[in-house]
Amino acid sequence: MIKLFSLKGQQKDGAANSKSGMGPKKASAAQLRITKDINELNLPKTCLTEFPDPDDLLTFKLIICPDEGFYKGGRFTFSFKVGQGYPHEPPKVKCDTMVYHPNIDLEGNVCLNILREDWKPVLTISSIVYGLQFLFLEPNPEDPLNKDAAEVLQNNRRLFEQNVAKAMRGGYVGTTYFERCLK
Amino acid sequence: MACDWPNRWSHLQKILERSGPYAHPDFEAGQEMLPFIKDNIKVLVIGAGGLGCELLKDLGLMGFMNIDVIDMDTIDLSNLNRQFLFRKQDVGKTKADVAAAFINKRIPGCKVTPHFAKIQDFGEEFYRGFHIVVCGLDSIIARRWINGMLVSLLRYNDDQTLDQSSVIPMVDGGTEGFKGNARVIFPGMTACIECTLELYPPQVNFPMCTIAHTPRLPEHCIEYVKVLLWPQEKPFGDDVGIDGDDPSHIKWIYQKSIARADDYSIPGVTYRLTQGVIKRIIPAVASTNAIIAAACATEVLKIASSCCQQLNNYVNFNDTEGIYTYTFEAEKKDNCSSCSQVPQQLRFSEDDKLQDVVEYLQESAAYQLRAPGIVTMVNGKNKTLYMSTVKSIEEATKDNLKKTLSELGLLNGQRIHVADSTTPNSLLFHLQLASSMEKE
Repeated sequence: MIKLFSLKGQQKDGAANSKSGMGPKKASAAQLRITKDINELNLPKTCLTEFPDPDDLLTFKLIICPDEGFYKGGRFTFSFKVGQGYPHEPPKVKCDTMVYHPNIDLEGNVCLNILREDWKPVLTISSIVYGLQFLFLEPNPEDPLNKDAAEVLQNNRRLFEQNVAKAMRGGYVGTTYFERCLK
Repeated sequence: MACDWPNRWSHLQKILERSGPYAHPDFEAGQEMLPFIKDNIKVLVIGAGGLGCELLKDLGLMGFMNIDVIDMDTIDLSNLNRQFLFRKQDVGKTKADVAAAFINKRIPGCKVTPHFAKIQDFGEEFYRGFHIVVCGLDSIIARRWINGMLVSLLRYNDDQTLDQSSVIPMVDGGTEGFKGNARVIFPGMTACIECTLELYPPQVNFPMCTIAHTPRLPEHCIEYVKVLLWPQEKPFGDDVGIDGDDPSHIKWIYQKSIARADDYSIPGVTYRLTQGVIKRIIPAVASTNAIIAAACATEVLKIASSCCQQLNNYVNFNDTEGIYTYTFEAEKKDNCSSCSQVPQQLRFSEDDKLQDVVEYLQESAAYQLRAPGIVTMVNGKNKTLYMSTVKSIEEATKDNLKKTLSELGLLNGQRIHVADSTTPNSLLFHLQLASSMEKE
């Protein structure tokens, strides 16, 4: 260990008493980690990111265009907000596109375990991208956020498929109007 | 000193003026030790809350006469049961000021300097002025920030070894109900906060679908209002987020939560619980704070004097049932994103272009990076200099490649962080900029 007594004959002057010390700001731990995450984002060809401000790596959009499954041909935008608690805390993710999906509600809330209860600091932005992509390939009626959609998926896959197609083309499913989101 | 009386420090002198079987091998017992602690050592206490009040009292009575305290909060009525430097008439005043004034009055000769501020309001010059930093914080973000700050103060010799005189030890305490922990960190030498980030228990988050459709607990009902109803109904306007300290916000959430709970026949939603869930309040136990703060203050004395082996380096305490403690050595992580970074020098001229830097990082035998993403801070703001792996960022930053380093606003001594798939953590460089005149 270090020996303060012999090491610090040196005085610690002035600085502590002056309030001046703004000094150069340094990148936060969250910032460093997200830089690493973003630089190593290895996106599948169905996904694309957009950074409205390239200097702000904590705020960005992810666009998923599934190439198979119920949602093939659609284009879905998610907004990511990474807080200073990252990676201790997960980023906040919302779906900006209105979508007929058992695990995404009409306000854009997403039910994906690693976004809430199962988040761990070892996970990365890539993990979330793959998780979201998976939601479009395998919508899960067991844990519904949109209960109506989940019930239809469980009881009548054919009708569910039609509803999804209708919603993506732009139109009413039940009483809810969905904006067109085809690629 | 004028304010000393006979035997005022006799308890300390017994420890500091004679050696003993448990003393640190480097301990030099003697009469210079006490004045050194009283007059030379500058301690920074971060937080003047539950742990902070205890720490200030402990350190002051232990002989540390030069203490600074930072706290960004004001005193709330609910603090008074355990934050014993505060009285009812102090409610609403700043914690740092009241705590400092109390200690200065109560402990003759002790000089506590208060700072009603956030730790982020101060820079390197300020923190460099302390020998030891003690934290009594309730926030992981704040811990990570001060940890990063102390790591950034480290200096390295030419042979990449650590200059020990740049090390400012950090003692960190934390409590949660009947549980607590204390740890000693020698930045750059022993495990730091980022090395052990995964030790922090994750925040309890309920699955979204449970909140939305299958609530079973009163907490689920409150979370429902917080996560789903608030953004939908925007009860206090479009851009107004939840303020846990605003009673009208809590009241609105409470009433909506009651309604939700009634729909599902869930008992137990109360105003207090609502406040607890929204503010993520963890009940504080005064005795836990006292124990953890005492452990921390003792470590400060041990570090300052070497009178005894220091805690190596992490102790847990739990008296939920009986009393349990366990001490272990948290290990320094080889690829810690904070403390494993020995800054490397990058020598360029002001007229060199960013492209030259990128090529150097890719081609030099020492680095051989594949697709470096380069970020820095200019005027206190993050700046992405170049990143090729993300298309939209590549397009927005590729013009930077043709700019000279001075055109980009980079200064001599600038810190540059470089991420690359070939390295497990980002690399830290110090840019040494020669002006064009000096170029050989």
